[in-house]
Amino acid sequence: MSRDARRLSLILLFAPFALWILLLIALPHLGILALSMREKVAPRVYEFGFGNYAEFITEPIYWNTLLRTGSMSLLVTFLALIIGFPIAYYIAKIAGKRARGALFLMCLIPLWVSDLIRAFGWILLLRESGVISRSLQWMGLTQSGIEFLYNDAAVIVGLVYTVILFMIVPLVSTLDGMGDDMIEAGYNLGGNSLTVLRRIIVPYAMPGIVAGCIVVFMMTAGSYLTPILLGGKNSSWFTEQIYNQFISRFNWEGGAAFGVLLLLFTSGVVWIGLRLSGQSLANTVARS
Amino acid sequence: MTDQTTAAFDLDCEGVTKNFGTFRAVDGVSFSIPTGTFFSILGPSGCGKTTLMRMIAGFEEPSAGDIRIKGKSVLSVPPNKRNVKMVFQHLALFPMMDVHDNIAYGLRCAGVPKAEIGARVADVLERVALPDLARRQIHQLSGGQKQRIAIARCMALNPDVLLLDEPLGALDLKLREAMKIELKLLQHQFDTTFVYITHDQSEALVMSDYVAVMNAGRFEQIGRPEELYHAPATAFVAGFVGDSNRWSGTARGTEGETVHIETETGLALGGSPRGTAPIAAGTAVEVFVRPEFITVTRATEPAPEAANHHDGTIDSVLFNGANSRVLVRPPAGGLIEADVTLTGGTSDLRAGDAVRLSWDAAQTMVFAA
Ligand SMILES: Nc1ncnc2c1ncn2[C@@H]1O[C@H](COP(=O)(O)OP(=O)(O)OP(=O)(O)O)[C@@H](O)[C@H]1O
Ligand SMILES: [Mg+2]
Repeated sequence: MSRDARRLSLILLFAPFALWILLLIALPHLGILALSMREKVAPRVYEFGFGNYAEFITEPIYWNTLLRTGSMSLLVTFLALIIGFPIAYYIAKIAGKRARGALFLMCLIPLWVSDLIRAFGWILLLRESGVISRSLQWMGLTQSGIEFLYNDAAVIVGLVYTVILFMIVPLVSTLDGMGDDMIEAGYNLGGNSLTVLRRIIVPYAMPGIVAGCIVVFMMTAGSYLTPILLGGKNSSWFTEQIYNQFISRFNWEGGAAFGVLLLLFTSGVVWIGLRLSGQSLANTVARS
Repeated sequence: MTDQTTAAFDLDCEGVTKNFGTFRAVDGVSFSIPTGTFFSILGPSGCGKTTLMRMIAGFEEPSAGDIRIKGKSVLSVPPNKRNVKMVFQHLALFPMMDVHDNIAYGLRCAGVPKAEIGARVADVLERVALPDLARRQIHQLSGGQKQRIAIARCMALNPDVLLLDEPLGALDLKLREAMKIELKLLQHQFDTTFVYITHDQSEALVMSDYVAVMNAGRFEQIGRPEELYHAPATAFVAGFVGDSNRWSGTARGTEGETVHIETETGLALGGSPRGTAPIAAGTAVEVFVRPEFITVTRATEPAPEAANHHDGTIDSVLFNGANSRVLVRPPAGGLIEADVTLTGGTSDLRAGDAVRLSWDAAQTMVFAA
């Protein structure tokens, strides 16, 4: 009796979770997968096949876009790590207890406004008639206005700004767990600052580094608004291709295939990253 | 001091002082440690032991004073260039490296050739009697093994001085007892100067050649363990090192070597003056008597010749094998502890028995308060 009741409560507890997994994650992906393997042979006539994938391979612009998205995302991830690590180290190890909360809050502030507003913020700063261009003109450093928008640098700056918090949080939480005595032991045993950083701090923070990189890479590769708004027409982001297939060309089958490819591609990159760093998903993303 | 005498000391501190803002954590500490000594710094929590050790290791800058290692001042030497290694309170082994890499870390930093590192690591593991653990991960080690690896990691670098900051604090009682002896043996084996920090007086007494008793940032006394125990220089040392019965009171007058005391609880005692401050009639004093110097006899039996006799009844018997003890309630004042031998026979003392306590004036240590 009570065992049945326990089982029932367990089922009820897990039901929302199971429904969420099933309805919002498993089903749509299975649907997309099925959709991507339908070939249009005539108007309203479909048959099973890999034509959509073949089209991706034969058309260089598609896989070039995917590779470009991947490499730019890696660059963004790398920049976020390089910039985020010292910030995280400062928050976790150098700042006092009270300053820590305030610093964390400051990192969070950008997330309080929507993606769209944030991108428009950058546009206000970077466009030809924007704040930076005007200031340069006012200071006499340039005669005509300079367009900072609609290039790769603008996209990268905007993306790094958007995702860096997701790098900082896991880094702070792993660095927080590292005792000061670990660093002091590193010096005491004869290491200089570089050795201590390379041999002790970075290896210790590795789970956090990998977790942050995975999250940031996935977010960047799957982002849509920032590359479109800051990169303009020629941002060539892969999500834009997917959008075009679905919405502009009404080619759901092609769009679905691209979606599957993006997922496979990012998963592959993450897998290679995990192998190279010798970490596993369980002790990185799951832990932080 | 001439160069020749300083060279005989591995570590010299002279008037070392550390201020944190207006708070003085370490106050004018001076000592010299001869080569190859086991030296303990014993003091209650918060007295500045760790701060002193961190200054020796180079993690804190002294506000005043000088620290010399093998006769050379190290104040301007950064921590990673000082040949002083440290076993941290929580050991600080590197969890992302295995045992071999933990030990090899320091050797690599010192630029030892790759080919030699393997042999040096194996050698030091041999010496701490853990030759097979080189490829173990840190989390796979027992508490005692971690301890020895932490020491091995430092000793692989042949330091002039090894600093140990309460390394036994995290171990359970039984292991702690075993490690005490082990540490002493390791020190003998490596023949290196150990500076051992502890707030546990039994650790300090058992292991050390010399003990410094520290209180509120100052050294109260430096001496061999038996000196501290039998000839404490201050009331603090008498109270902190070993067990004792303790009374506050007033001196009533002196008679030859003996000073007569009346305690606040109304006991009249004859004692021997200790410490440097003079004691005359009217001086407020602290009185200490160790339990093992108090003889307990039944009220019906003749008591030994002694300056102090007090009658009382046994309040309770604390059985602890060879270290058994009785708590005796005299007519006036609090309980008095005395060591007794319990044989398990019918003649043993029991709670409620009327007894007489006797002890000599020489064993009654009187300090001006
Ligand atoms: N960085 C610091 N800033 C201010 N005060 C400090 C600092 N480090 C230590 N203190 C103070 O100095 C005093 C001595 O500290 P220390 O850590 O040396 O004590 P300890 O003798 O090692 O104690 P324990 O046995 O508890 O480890 C303490 O009162 C402590 O609060
Ligand atoms: Mg301490």
